[in-house]
Amino acid sequence: MKIAVVQFPGSNCDQDCLRALTDGLRVSAEYLWHKETSVSGFDAIVLPGGFSYGDYLRCGAIARFSPIMRVIVRAANDGMPVIGICNGFQILCEAGLLPGALIRNQSLHFVCQPVWLRVETEETPFTAKLDKERPLWMPVAHGEGSYFAEPATLAALESKRQVVFRYVDESGRRTRESNPNGSMLNIAGICNEARNVVGMMPHPDRAWDRRLGSEDGKLLFESLVETLESAVTL
Amino acid sequence: MVTQITPELVRDHGLSEAEYERIRAILGRDPNITELGVFSVMWSEHCSYKNTRLELKKFPTAGPNILVKAGEENAGVVDIGDGWAVAFKMESHNHPSAVEPFQGAATGVGGIIRDIFTMGARPVFLLDSLRFGPIQGTTPAVNKSRRLFAGVVAGISHYGNCVGIPTIGGEVYFDESYEGNPLVNVFCLGILRHEQIARGAAKGVGNPVFYVGSETGRDGLAGAAFASRDLTEKSKQDRPAVQVGDPFKGKLLLEACLELLASGCVAGIQDMGAAGLTCSTCETASRGGTGVQIDLALVPQREPDMTAYEILLSESQERMLIIVQRGEEAKVKEIFEKWDLPYALVGEVTGDGMMRVLNHGRVEVEIPAAKLANEAPIYERETIAGSAAPELRIEDIPMVDPQTSLIQLLAHPTIASKNWVFRQYDHTVRAGTVVPPGSDAAVFCVREADKYLAATTDCNGLYCKLDPREGARIAVAEAARNLVCSGATPLAVTDNLNFGNPYSPENFWQLREAVEGLAEACRRFGTPVTGGNVSLYNQNPSGAIDPTPTVGMVGIIREERWITRQHFRDEADVIYLIGPVGQEMGASQYLAIVHGRKECLPPRLSYDLELGVQAVVLELIHKGLVKSAHDCSEGGLGVTLAECCMSGERKIGALAWFGAGPHRLDQILFNESQSRVIISVRPEDAFATEALCAAAKIPFNRLGEVGGSDLVVATEQQKLRWDVAQLHRAWYLSIERAMEVRF
Repeated sequence: MKIAVVQFPGSNCDQDCLRALTDGLRVSAEYLWHKETSVSGFDAIVLPGGFSYGDYLRCGAIARFSPIMRVIVRAANDGMPVIGICNGFQILCEAGLLPGALIRNQSLHFVCQPVWLRVETEETPFTAKLDKERPLWMPVAHGEGSYFAEPATLAALESKRQVVFRYVDESGRRTRESNPNGSMLNIAGICNEARNVVGMMPHPDRAWDRRLGSEDGKLLFESLVETLESAVTL
Repeated sequence: MVTQITPELVRDHGLSEAEYERIRAILGRDPNITELGVFSVMWSEHCSYKNTRLELKKFPTAGPNILVKAGEENAGVVDIGDGWAVAFKMESHNHPSAVEPFQGAATGVGGIIRDIFTMGARPVFLLDSLRFGPIQGTTPAVNKSRRLFAGVVAGISHYGNCVGIPTIGGEVYFDESYEGNPLVNVFCLGILRHEQIARGAAKGVGNPVFYVGSETGRDGLAGAAFASRDLTEKSKQDRPAVQVGDPFKGKLLLEACLELLASGCVAGIQDMGAAGLTCSTCETASRGGTGVQIDLALVPQREPDMTAYEILLSESQERMLIIVQRGEEAKVKEIFEKWDLPYALVGEVTGDGMMRVLNHGRVEVEIPAAKLANEAPIYERETIAGSAAPELRIEDIPMVDPQTSLIQLLAHPTIASKNWVFRQYDHTVRAGTVVPPGSDAAVFCVREADKYLAATTDCNGLYCKLDPREGARIAVAEAARNLVCSGATPLAVTDNLNFGNPYSPENFWQLREAVEGLAEACRRFGTPVTGGNVSLYNQNPSGAIDPTPTVGMVGIIREERWITRQHFRDEADVIYLIGPVGQEMGASQYLAIVHGRKECLPPRLSYDLELGVQAVVLELIHKGLVKSAHDCSEGGLGVTLAECCMSGERKIGALAWFGAGPHRLDQILFNESQSRVIISVRPEDAFATEALCAAAKIPFNRLGEVGGSDLVVATEQQKLRWDVAQLHRAWYLSIERAMEVRF
């Protein structure tokens, strides 16, 4: 089993994601350069955070045209698990793999702080192991993380249980105060209809080590590994 | 057309008649206009330290851990064990931030990051030490300070966040003296293996010289010279002297340069910071004992028709000069094409010691490189001692109800929580921030090396105004104390000397006093100075800033279990004050904020007591006795206790008992005597704690215990009670409220 961490020019969480997998989980993971045109040999894809191509024009707007994204879109449509974290989430939306968009934070400021997340569905490769009753704790760090979608899209997300994470308070309640960026319906992460593509603004790659105050992020990657392993044994 | 060199032109370049004569003597002829520009920037204070070099020699720079000393290279390098080392440095971007806060601060971050990776180190974290005018109120001056503050924070956030280097700490002060002349001191630390140390020297005659990074434009023209004069009403016209940063390019350049350095084909590397191409060519040649010849026609340019003068003096950002081992040119091409960065072969290392600059083959500049880089005039400036501040007589201070004074102090932006600031900085990227901003010192786990580093910046400008020597000593002592409270052993110092115009004898006296105070304290604390920066001409129309010799200090925590935070943790834990209760009220925040008086003698530092307190706190931590430790500084014990109660995830009350002393309660709570630390320990460890302090002959007081939801302070005569939640609101929201005012 091997997981790819994509490197765009301007990615800056690529090293954190790789370390979360190799040091945190001891699974095999490698960088995948944005100019590559194949994902063969990999079983899952991580699109890390950062400022791909400087986030010029619009976050993720240029990255979606990179050579690697063309093959990732194909692989995702064929069912390969793909997770986009922070800038990775923005890229997935721009690439059309996920609905909606991430717009400027309501405060107009960059926000870096820990948040509580409620797991809304275990039915994705990245959340299979998670407990819906126990909120997760991990940091967000973004300037443009306010999730926005048309009412019809939001309704579809809800009815098809595509909302994966929501910002909540410590006890798991959805409140206005617990929403760090003004996201609609407190949405922190979503998946596609096929449930193999997940995008989220918070950083599991910064919450995989007790010393960082939380190991909750590790659970997502562990879910992925278990899902992949069970797929192999089938 | 040949420009005639007139006395006016010489003066406009900031050069004196004597300096001009010295240039003629070096060249054996008159300089042309381009050469005059080159000398002007290289001999500016910013590049040559001509007014401060004699003072800077007073710093201790050697030590058993020092691998690269101050002044040798772009940044000092310090051993941290197991073959690992850190490179760190602090630098100012005060003048650019005063006229263009966003870009000024952003490029300050970009510049210091380049200084660090130039050493071959991967930058792993940043700190910022910032100072502005007051931000509460609605006067035009306050509105301007707010705009500068917001712009600087946004600029730091813009650059640091994008490059992916966490900003994990620092400080922010607000005081009238910085109105219109904010201080933006940026600190960066990088990690490297001993064998990876890169040098900024042009070694090997015949080696090719590469220009890599962004194209050269007309931005930041002669910025070093701009930074070496007073800020005035007309400074706004100097806005073209401020550079524009591109953090995306900065990130690519960082990765490409580290990859190139790792390939082993680099003979020398230097960033183009102040004085751009000029400084990097003559300094690398001077360090290498060689010459460098380049042709400007080969330099990637952003705009057409740039003159030699403009190309040489541009301070466009995100550019590096790299001297490559001959025969390895293809490696540069491969790596820089991979990262889609411009690069160009612009010249070569020569054996004649000259900095020779051609433009389309025509010689534009021909100056002996070593003389240009090293033989700037050195001045011993005149000093006039300031009058000593008087001792404070407590009888002269009317008693104000401490109940309200504590809230007033906590809500003052200088003391208030800086969450509005550090929430805008990405402080968790690189997944190493163990103690986030808001504690005495930030603690970072460098995963590459599996080491815990603590870092802090400190300086109390008010102390330095009223006694620059003592203020500087205290800045070092407090930095060390902050590190100790986090469980770290201090290693080394970088400093940023922010002062007014050096031609004023009063200003220069402040600088000399501060340097001598820093030097003495660094010797006593065993923390050599590894480098830093001098920023003079920090004036606004109403005078010089308060002298601000900012100290950045780095320490190491050998064991994870020693990492200590500042907030109280559990009910019934026993609270100790290590050090004296103190009584010195001069230059205190209480006096300044509550009584509106910035005056009297600041507290005195006793090295023996300070070193004793730090040693015993560290020993207590190492023995596993300490659950929290917080240094006592601005606002005294009152503010320190309040911060212990409210700065953790969970707010918790405390009771502190001060018995029947001779002092007024405001004096007990708000004096700023030095060498004090508040710790909390488990009840069962109280005896061991007291025994250890007694054995070390260090004064200590058992103040009380943690618990409840109120902070209670009592003496025989008086008892005060504050709801911690209320204190927290005053402290936590103050800056946010000040910044919400629409203007």
